Amino acid sequence: MYLNKYFILAIMLFLNSLMVSQTIEVCNTCKLNSLKEAISIAKAGDTIVVKKGTYKEFNIIVDKPLTIKGENYPVIDGGDQGEILRVVSDNVTIDGLFIINVGTSYTSDHAAIRVVRSENFLIQNVVLEKLFFGIYIEKSSNGKIYHNKIIGDAQDEYNSGNGIQLWYSKNVIVEQNIVQKVRDGIYLEFSDNILINENISTNNLRYGLHFMFSNDDLYTNNTFENNGAGVAVMFSKRIKMIHNTFKKNWGTAAFGLLLKEINDAEIKDNVFEENTVAINIEGSNRVHYSNNNFISNGYAIKVLGACYTNVFEKNNFLYNSFDISYNSKINDNVFQHNYWSSYTGYDLDKDGVGDVPYRPVKLFSYIVNQTPETIILMRSLFIDIIDFSEKVSPVFTPDNLLDMSPQIERY
Amino acid sequence: MIRIEQLHKKFGKNKVLKGVDLTISKKGVFAILGPNGSGKTTLIKALLGMVIPDSGSLSVGDISIKKDWKYRDQIDYLPQIANFPANLTVKELISMIKDLRNRPGEDKKLITVFKLEPFLTKKLSNLSGGTKQKVNLVLTLMFDSPIIILDEPTTGLDPIALIHLKKIIKEEKSKGKIILITSHIMSFVEEMADEIVFLLEGKVYFKGTIEALKTETKESNFEHAIANLLTHEDA
Amino acid sequence: MLKILKYSFFDLIRSRWSYVYLLFYLLLGSVLLFLNNDLSKAVITLMNVIIILVPLIGTIFGVMYYYNSKEFTELLLAQPIKRSSIFIGQYLGVALSLSMSLTIGLGIPFALYGLFQSNEIWDFVLLLVTGAFLTLIFTALAFNIALYNENKIKGFSYSILLWLFLAVIYDGLFLMSLIAFHSYPLDSFSIGATMFNPIDLSRILILLKLDISALLGYTGAVFQKFFGTGFGLLISIIALSFWVVIPVLNIYRKSNKKDF
Repeated sequence: MYLNKYFILAIMLFLNSLMVSQTIEVCNTCKLNSLKEAISIAKAGDTIVVKKGTYKEFNIIVDKPLTIKGENYPVIDGGDQGEILRVVSDNVTIDGLFIINVGTSYTSDHAAIRVVRSENFLIQNVVLEKLFFGIYIEKSSNGKIYHNKIIGDAQDEYNSGNGIQLWYSKNVIVEQNIVQKVRDGIYLEFSDNILINENISTNNLRYGLHFMFSNDDLYTNNTFENNGAGVAVMFSKRIKMIHNTFKKNWGTAAFGLLLKEINDAEIKDNVFEENTVAINIEGSNRVHYSNNNFISNGYAIKVLGACYTNVFEKNNFLYNSFDISYNSKINDNVFQHNYWSSYTGYDLDKDGVGDVPYRPVKLFSYIVNQTPETIILMRSLFIDIIDFSEKVSPVFTPDNLLDMSPQIERY
Repeated sequence: MIRIEQLHKKFGKNKVLKGVDLTISKKGVFAILGPNGSGKTTLIKALLGMVIPDSGSLSVGDISIKKDWKYRDQIDYLPQIANFPANLTVKELISMIKDLRNRPGEDKKLITVFKLEPFLTKKLSNLSGGTKQKVNLVLTLMFDSPIIILDEPTTGLDPIALIHLKKIIKEEKSKGKIILITSHIMSFVEEMADEIVFLLEGKVYFKGTIEALKTETKESNFEHAIANLLTHEDA
Repeated sequence: MLKILKYSFFDLIRSRWSYVYLLFYLLLGSVLLFLNNDLSKAVITLMNVIIILVPLIGTIFGVMYYYNSKEFTELLLAQPIKRSSIFIGQYLGVALSLSMSLTIGLGIPFALYGLFQSNEIWDFVLLLVTGAFLTLIFTALAFNIALYNENKIKGFSYSILLWLFLAVIYDGLFLMSLIAFHSYPLDSFSIGATMFNPIDLSRILILLKLDISALLGYTGAVFQKFFGTGFGLLISIIALSFWVVIPVLNIYRKSNKKDF
């Protein structure tokens, strides 16, 4: 009997969670007019539907598996008080909320939505404005951040936060988000096996996308435009960067893509257009660059410091002011089968490969590295003459840096 | 009327005109003569405003020529070496000069006189020296201006053309014009000139009629009279 | 003046050299376009060619025209025409016929290639504007040289030297001084030095169009202002206009004083 009683209770609880999962409505005029309250009375597995309206709430804690769904984008107004929504349970879905006014702080990273030590989360169709940090995933895995829109109004780096941040998280998918005007559009630190796909990250103060100490990640089909400094990938291994667009990252320290201490990465099918530096490479080894388009950049590739056994092949280098810039005389990288628009050789045997090797590093790029003001002399006949003499007998530039098989037609 | 007072001009260190005084008030043909480098061409060019004098005054028809280019409308000038834009035809050149001077000209008559009809549609670069000189004459003489300046007009002309030229000069004189000529052909000068202006060392050394010259030098032959002027100088 | 301009212009557009010049550009434009099959690349190559070649042709043509038409000029001088009108008229005749050859010579192949439907149209317009400026400037400089030198050989030599100086030597000295003083702030100096060379000025115009990404990588505030805003374009165009006006004024001044 005693056992039976508990058994029935267990079955009831089980049935309750399985079948009787309830839908709880929240609206301004209902009896339930706050999200906090709704969460407190909800049972695991329930769905809370938030109707259109404005809810002035902050420090909302989601501590059980719930689906919180907004109808017609209800506004959750944090009133600049601090964090707004914190998920501390597995299996939480947040969908269709419009969250504004996250409190700015110099001591703690307040976020619009923070997920802590949870699994199987899904954050989708959320719009964030007037934020400090946007979506902050902390030590959580197996989640998805899908189709959100994060519009910041960041002015200075020191008092702004990141749009989407992943910290010690694994197996997360970040897909189809739009991030604008925050510090870093998407920031990954100690996060592995992340997929970043089809996001548009523009007009951010610092980086459109930023990796730190994160390995085995893949980002594809994203667009990074007009960010302070494009995309930065630092101290990470085995990152794949495929089919992204890096555009108009202009400025004194701006680049499309910054690689710093990166090993074994793959950079393929990307488009770099009108960046001050398309790819800035520092101390990166065994990176494979192929089938990328470098169009009208200041520098297509700028190599600083020791970079070994990288391969650049089948890329198009089109109308860049400088194709390659090196600051040392030593070269251990391979350039082959690329198309260079400034190649002036010929193809007598008609095999599609130029008969004369192409030397992509010009003496002038070396001079500009030494004395930046000399850039004003670009395209001068005098510069062409000294470039030519350097080409004939390299003194200042690596003499083995040659594309032995420059293509005649672009890919 | 032409009045020149104390005209000085030097090219670098070379003083070409050293105080020329010359007044031509009556009509007639005046031959400006002198040895090579005596300043004939410079004087003519100064009169035309092509050479700018260092000091002295020049007036044409009582108007000082300084800074006023319109007086040149009263002068027809035949330059010494005729060289024209190579790509123009004779006809185009003539109408161009007429257009530039904004005046009608009696080119038809002169073209007939010098028998230039066959050359009218030819480019100037294809003409012989003599023909060019004829074109040059047409360009100069087709306008009816009170002063005519001819710098070596006989160069390259055949005898028939020369006869026509002389006839034209006489006609123009009879119209009451002032005609200035330089020439190395003494017989031409003797035949045409009413008065001689002899330049030497940048000054007017002699001015007067041929008769007066002959009397002064006690020579009956004009050429000898001129030579006499020169030897006097040497002595 | 307009009459002189008219006659010089017609004289020139019928001359063999104008045709050679026109054909040269026709050929250059067509070869670049139809061999490369790449409009952007053709425009870039042309820009490099134009800032060197147009000054050379402008100077040589200007000097040549002046000396060749010397006797004719004397004929004109005896006519009731203002002196300066003769020279300015002839100068404009040369400069305009050269600019026209350039425009037509390059315009035809590019128009046939479908320039008007492409994004490169503004680059091309810039190219022509630069070409026209350089023609005006270097023809005027050539006329100045010729006015000061009766001797044809001397005049030719000086104009070739002028071209060589402005096209190559100046930049060499410029580069050396930048490298020699590289520990000092040099951006004002380098922009200043550019103003004294019309070829460099035209180069700047082209850089602003083609290499703005690279130029913005430089950190100096003066450069940033110069290249990053419309300021550089404005200053360059004003300086180029000065380069036209000053030599032309000197033609005016010298021609009124000179003996023929």
